[in-house]
Amino acid sequence: MITESLVLSAILFVIGTFGVLVRRNAIIMFLCIELQLNAVNLSLVAFSRMWGIEGQLFVFFVMTVAAAEAAVGLAIIISIFRHYETVNVDSFNLLKW
Amino acid sequence: MYAFLTALAQGGGDAAASEAGHFEPFLPGLVVLLPLLGFVINGILALKHGRDSAAAVRAGGELTFGDRKPATHTLPTWVGPGVMGLAFLITLVNFTRMLGAHLEEPVVVHYWTWIATGTFTVDAALQLDQLSMIMMMVVTGVGFLIHVFSVGYMKEDPGYPRYFAYLNLFVFFMLVLVMGSSYALMFVGWEGVGLCSYLLIGYWFSDREKSDAGKKAFIVNRIGDAGFLIAMFMVFANFGSLDYVPVFHDAEGLAYAGGLVTAITLFFFVGAIGKSAQIPLFVWLPDAMAGPTPVSALIHAATMVTAGVYLVARSSVLFALAPLTSAVVAGIGALTALFAATIALKQNDIKKVLAYSTVSQLGYMFLGVGVGAYAAGVFHLMTHAFFKALLFMGSGAVIHAMHEAYHSTHSHEDAQDMRNMGGLRAHMPITWATMWIATLAIAGIWPFAGFFSKDEIIWQTAAFGGAAGAPYTALYTVYWVMALAAAMLTAFYMTRMMVLTFHGANRTGAEESRHLHEAPVVMWLPLAVLAVLSVFGGWINVPEAIRASFLGGAGALPMTEWLHHWLEPLTAQAHHIQEEHLGELAHAAPFGGGEVMWAVISTVAAAIVVAVAIRFVGGRKVVAVAEDTTELTGLSKVLYNKYYIDEFYDRVVVRPIVQGSRFCWKVIDSLIIDGVVNAVGWIAKAFGWGISMFQTGSVNTYAFILTVGVLVILGASLF
Repeated sequence: MITESLVLSAILFVIGTFGVLVRRNAIIMFLCIELQLNAVNLSLVAFSRMWGIEGQLFVFFVMTVAAAEAAVGLAIIISIFRHYETVNVDSFNLLKW
Repeated sequence: MYAFLTALAQGGGDAAASEAGHFEPFLPGLVVLLPLLGFVINGILALKHGRDSAAAVRAGGELTFGDRKPATHTLPTWVGPGVMGLAFLITLVNFTRMLGAHLEEPVVVHYWTWIATGTFTVDAALQLDQLSMIMMMVVTGVGFLIHVFSVGYMKEDPGYPRYFAYLNLFVFFMLVLVMGSSYALMFVGWEGVGLCSYLLIGYWFSDREKSDAGKKAFIVNRIGDAGFLIAMFMVFANFGSLDYVPVFHDAEGLAYAGGLVTAITLFFFVGAIGKSAQIPLFVWLPDAMAGPTPVSALIHAATMVTAGVYLVARSSVLFALAPLTSAVVAGIGALTALFAATIALKQNDIKKVLAYSTVSQLGYMFLGVGVGAYAAGVFHLMTHAFFKALLFMGSGAVIHAMHEAYHSTHSHEDAQDMRNMGGLRAHMPITWATMWIATLAIAGIWPFAGFFSKDEIIWQTAAFGGAAGAPYTALYTVYWVMALAAAMLTAFYMTRMMVLTFHGANRTGAEESRHLHEAPVVMWLPLAVLAVLSVFGGWINVPEAIRASFLGGAGALPMTEWLHHWLEPLTAQAHHIQEEHLGELAHAAPFGGGEVMWAVISTVAAAIVVAVAIRFVGGRKVVAVAEDTTELTGLSKVLYNKYYIDEFYDRVVVRPIVQGSRFCWKVIDSLIIDGVVNAVGWIAKAFGWGISMFQTGSVNTYAFILTVGVLVILGASLF
């Protein structure tokens, strides 16, 4: 059972990572990050079956932080969209050398 | 002067015999301090004068004297020569006291301890003995006359107070040089006179050529000074002291002709070569003529350049112990005497002739001290100070007149070129007469001063070479022939100079020649005094043989070999060493004949040369510089260009040094050292630039690199 859970978690994480790397839409990238976080959450829940409750406890923290992050992140994206009228991350490259 | 000395020698000598050699110095410190005081006063005046001039220039004009000259211009007239006159009087008092006492040991007047570190101590102390007394008399006496002459010569110069400040400072250092009681103090004076020489050669420093001449003198002298320093170090390392008295006392323990004493004396002689302008370091002296003419008279003829001779005479004990060095000294001297005399044959600048003549006469002095005739060397130093100072000041009077003549028509002709002169006798009879006296003196015509001193050196060379145990006998015969030849050349070039300057038709120009005039009294009076000394100055040291042959000991020349006896306490030790190792000096010249015969031969020959030169030079047509189109060829050209020595040094010494310095600057410093330092910065910068390329500003790149990084770390921790 744990093996399947971890494999599922790994698949979700890789999909999330892949999405972050290849997509240019900021909101999609943001969702992919959420996917990664939830992949980790899944593996934490899976491990807590074997080693006790701390894993599930930790998942709540992750979800709390993810919710806060979503709020701040979406606010930033909206702010950028107001300025550039796009959410394509390739357009935001002023902070370089 | 002569009568005065005679009276002192006779009267004073007899009276003092009862007092049995007690010499009480009279304010010797004041002799040194008075010129220093003059320097301070004139220096302050010069500073004020400089400020006033600068203020006048800023106000849009320049400092004009008008009829009333400012105090900064009138005071130096009294202060400059005044301190010299007082110093001379004090010296004279000391001299008469010393005449009255039979001084066997030098009197050292101690003031304070100057340097005391470990075993090395140098006292600020003055040594009064027969040699320093002669030098003091020459420096203050001739110096005083030249100061007086300067009042006339420099009175229109805008830097008048500065000039006297430098001149006084020079005399101060010269007196430290000759009166100091140790090599360290001599070195202080030695460097000080070098500094003043530099300042005065470059006195008209706004002229690039003149300030370059000053630099040249200073730099060439540095080479010699390095030798002096090394010799001093060796003296201290081996004797533990630099004071004359203990050093010369301990020198008796040195091995005769040993390596140590030879090395010490050779290094001392290197210093003397630089200061006294001998081959190969003579090149600065002709250029030093860029300074005002009285400066040439004082520094580059009468006093400073003879410091090398003084050094050798002072260290006579050491030089007598080193026959090899003595041979080198005599050889350099003889060679320089002949070499410089040939150059003087073809020079057209009146001061250049005198400059090469000075180099040549200094060669004679070194020949004298090189063959152990220390008194003869000092004797020639003294008589040379008289007649060469006279010649220089006479040429100064001529240049002064020529300058004013050209100034009156705003002509830019060369006031120093003899081709522009001629026939000046009619305009300046006193200068003409006094300069002829000096010319006859330097040419070695009896009974002028130069005859006795020069002839004695030539004779001593012959006698030394013929001594039983003399080393390098053949060499000394060559020296003797060279000295005789140089004497003939001297007679020729000096006569040529006189004929070109004072005789024949005037070539100054029709308009200009009406402005030629005799020098003012303040200028010709010193000439007259020196002319008297140039006639009688040699009589204080008439060789016994000549007196016996010609004047029958009738009392006409009462001061027979006076200078020899006078210097005896100082030279006795050296003569003793010489006698012990070389035996008696010869009584006949290499080709036969004794002292008297060769004296007669040389004076007759010199007289014939003078007569021939008058006819030969007088008979030739000379044209003024502007019309002179003669192309020099062959030997004349070589002589006119001074054997191309300056060009040779430029090629062999100066340019390699300049190029070497340029190499060190351009390649070693700019390229290698700066390159390494800059490269470190460049590498850091380039590295940073390369790394900064990763900061693209694109979020995806960062995410990708982050992922790759995580994978790498994970992979590394797994395997």
